[in-house]
Amino acid sequence: MLLSYLKIAWKVLLRRKFFTFISLFGISFTLMVLLVIVAMADNAQGAHAPESRIKRMAFITFISQRFKDGGQMNTPPSPYFLEKYVRPMKTPEKMSFYSMFHATPSYVGNKKLELDLKFTDNFFWEVFDFNFLEGKPYNANDLRDANRVVVISETTAREYFGVAKGVVGRTIEVDQSKFRVIGVVSDVPVLRFNSYAEVWAPMTTTKADLRNPELGGEYFAAILAPEGTDLAAIDAEYQQVLKHVVNPNPEVKSLNTHADGLLATFTRQFLGQGESKSDQVTLFYFIVFGLALLFMSLPALNLVNINLSRIMERSSEIGVRKAFGATSTTLVGQFLIENIFLTLLGAMVGLLLAYGALEFISDSSFIPYAQLTLNLRVFAWALLAAVFFGVLSGVYPAFKMSRVQPIQALKGGTN
Amino acid sequence: MIKLTDIEKVYQTKTIETVALNRVNLSINKGEFVSVMGPSGCGKSTLLSIIGLLDEPTGGVLELDGRPVKSYSDKELAHLRNQKIGFVFQSYHLINDLSVLDNVELPLLYRAGVGGKERRQRAHEALDKVGLSARTTHFPSQLSGGQRQRVAIARALAGRPEIILADEPTGNLDSVMGEEIMDLLLTLNREEGTTIVMVTHDEHQALKTERLIRFFDGSQVG
Repeated sequence: MLLSYLKIAWKVLLRRKFFTFISLFGISFTLMVLLVIVAMADNAQGAHAPESRIKRMAFITFISQRFKDGGQMNTPPSPYFLEKYVRPMKTPEKMSFYSMFHATPSYVGNKKLELDLKFTDNFFWEVFDFNFLEGKPYNANDLRDANRVVVISETTAREYFGVAKGVVGRTIEVDQSKFRVIGVVSDVPVLRFNSYAEVWAPMTTTKADLRNPELGGEYFAAILAPEGTDLAAIDAEYQQVLKHVVNPNPEVKSLNTHADGLLATFTRQFLGQGESKSDQVTLFYFIVFGLALLFMSLPALNLVNINLSRIMERSSEIGVRKAFGATSTTLVGQFLIENIFLTLLGAMVGLLLAYGALEFISDSSFIPYAQLTLNLRVFAWALLAAVFFGVLSGVYPAFKMSRVQPIQALKGGTN
Repeated sequence: MIKLTDIEKVYQTKTIETVALNRVNLSINKGEFVSVMGPSGCGKSTLLSIIGLLDEPTGGVLELDGRPVKSYSDKELAHLRNQKIGFVFQSYHLINDLSVLDNVELPLLYRAGVGGKERRQRAHEALDKVGLSARTTHFPSQLSGGQRQRVAIARALAGRPEIILADEPTGNLDSVMGEEIMDLLLTLNREEGTTIVMVTHDEHQALKTERLIRFFDGSQVG
């Protein structure tokens, strides 16, 4: 029966090539856009090195200080705050503190390079799982002695030294200081702002004052939980710790900060204005799902329209099928299968388009070091979206069709 | 087998009421070959559609095997159409996108417990009966009018129904082809005991059947 349906579906597609093209184009283009967005989200949020343990990780990326006069200041925490209050926490398995990255000029002969530099502690290399191409990370002794050593990315090695390997032991000038390269790691996409940099140096080598007792600064904390389920316990302990924080600024009335999963660090900041008790992840998913639905409903509506006119065309066939015993349910099934077949074809074309688009984005410097790929998860998303399209655009026409009296259908009408 | 009591069919629009069938009373026994004649628009085809469960009467009672059709659910009606009734339409109503074999298999597609192999075998048998076994892979557009009608008859036969309802089966055919189709139906009735109700304009063909019913303006007149 399925084969018979597919035969008919194929014939119907070929019969109206232009409409088929329009339908397929609508589906394919929409899917391509969705796939590119999903691939970018996956690149920024999925479990990939050096954040493969992302499901076990919490981040402290800002503290919100509300002043007595009603004002508010949202900043990343200071290294002083993190060392004094966060480091002694008991629930985390490991934790690392590191600065935001900032571009620093560097010169190779007459050529100027802008290198993104990040200062970190030695635990950084244990919390994140970087792929070392050569050398090793700096350790506790390097931190203690403020040794001028750095780990650099593969691209930095290539651009600064002209080769990707064999640069360990050589000197690089960054931030107007000379450093010795002790390790080279694979590039990290810029969307991974926690681990991303082009040059990583021990935080004790920074020119900034690490002992400044202000609570706000420009450092982040990445906390590794023993299990993914322990993230809530980590934030709970962090909330307890906050009760004992002594704020050097007497004008600050309250302090609001959380140890959140990666997505929640964004959603709490942007959807909850940094003050919400909820991490707003659910709201975020609602918004994303709603927007995706809206976006997908446009080609779906187009398909509904095309499908309705196809019904008029195939009225006689529907009448014959009913006359020979097809139930309304069987016909709805047939029409949905045909529609899903069409949308799966659209999905295949969409996948090819998305593949091309992702290759283009990855090759361009639009998003530095982005490694956008169509992995299995993205592929599953595409299939799911295609089936969703098929059902969404097929249900109404199929339902309308199933209500037609056989004799009306045979006469060529649907009313 | 088929009993119509005071069957009415009225088409109602905002301004006009058209009576297609007016209190028709009719019984058709198992194994009978009945032809229905009358001028165009007298309600013959409407009668056939109602007997074939393709349309609902606006009044009266239709019984199949002693049970009023009104008591059947939509699903049961579909089951009856599939198991008990085979249609032959004047304009064939073949599905142009399907091959001859696929068209003939159609009734069996909706029958539980009939697998692909049996479906094909029974479709081949039916095509054999109408002399079209050499055309199984052809498409309707590649056949002549007579051949298409024979495919339509094979489709009706494939399900081995107890009743065949034929709406002007020879109406679009030349006289030679019309005779052939008529002989086919007569053989089916005689040899397999299939009950046949045939609507026709052709008195010559109608006289070959056991019983002739005449219609005029929605009423049975003879």
